[in-house]
Amino acid sequence: MSTAELCLQLFLTFLKIGAFTFGGGYAMLPLMEQEVLDHGWLTLEEIVNFIAVSESTPGPFAINMATYIGTETAGFLGAVCATLGVVTPSFIIILIVARFFMKFKDNFVVRGLMTGLKPAVIGLIAAAILSVGAGVFFPLGFSFGTFITYQFITSFIIFIGMLVLAFKKLHPIFVVLISAALGIGVGFLGRLL
Amino acid sequence: MKEKLKRIFTLLTTFLRIGAFTFGGGYAMIPLVQREVVEKHKWISDDDVLEVIAIAESTPGPIAINMATFVGYRVAGFFGSLAATFGVVFPSFVIIYIISFILRQFQENIVVKYAFSGIRAGVLALLCKSLYSMYKKVKKHVFAYIIMAAAFVVSAFIDIHVLWIIGGCALAGLVYSLIAEKAKGGKTNVNG
Repeated sequence: MSTAELCLQLFLTFLKIGAFTFGGGYAMLPLMEQEVLDHGWLTLEEIVNFIAVSESTPGPFAINMATYIGTETAGFLGAVCATLGVVTPSFIIILIVARFFMKFKDNFVVRGLMTGLKPAVIGLIAAAILSVGAGVFFPLGFSFGTFITYQFITSFIIFIGMLVLAFKKLHPIFVVLISAALGIGVGFLGRLL
Repeated sequence: MKEKLKRIFTLLTTFLRIGAFTFGGGYAMIPLVQREVVEKHKWISDDDVLEVIAIAESTPGPIAINMATFVGYRVAGFFGSLAATFGVVFPSFVIIYIISFILRQFQENIVVKYAFSGIRAGVLALLCKSLYSMYKKVKKHVFAYIIMAAAFVVSAFIDIHVLWIIGGCALAGLVYSLIAEKAKGGKTNVNG
């Protein structure tokens, strides 16, 4: 595939992601995971690694992710196309709303659609987390034996520890840094065992 | 005209700053937007900020982009929205572009590999926390629980594109609202 074709594909894919994602935070994770894995642009592991990078750098998750995937697949032009793609739908829709329907959010149809969308996003993110969790705990595939592997036990301990810190409202950057340090410690310890 | 150009330029620098110093995207931006746009420049009011958030939540796309576009348009029309949106995107773009090269240099390094193996467990925890925060904000009623469960089960165990689930749930929400409205209208019949 030529770079131009790849850039067009990046633009259109991220246009779709930008146009059909509602809500902040990780609302776009489910659709992005599906599209990026379908195209084979990144592996699930690379996506999860990058979420950590995105948590530790400024800027919206959506923009960070689009720029990263664009760069990885087609260099600078790819980054520009993917980022433009994810921004364009919001930009146009907000311009129209700001210009014509100030009462947009009170519209009955919009409210009705949102009644279904808001809980749907929760369910979809939960499913995305399940697949991320499977990759974190069972990177080589799942079987009952995998519950007693070094990888599973150490990952699970780190996960529980970080969960406690995250709920104590420790800043995500520190969660990333501490889990990185633990990962390094556990990795070298595993070599000795 | 000169006044408008000045406003556009101020929008650009303000949103560049917001983009460069906000970790975590959309919602994390709100206090900074309030300070810069409402308190410092007095371009819009606190009520407007609430309005922006409500609109950003019911339109697609990243909240940060929605807010920048909306505030920019309010303050200086189309070119204002262009300046604000560019401003909020540009810092992330540059930072991530540079980081992606650094990441590629080090990804085969054994220490980095171990670090990321720990980080992935940490990220999983952050995702769970973020899911919980979002869950707390959703209005809880039977219909919401049904949709949550249905979206989760279908997405996790059936091989179907996420877009179909999003579309289906939105439609179900609309149908549910119509039925709820009708039921309410039938009982009270006050608003005609």
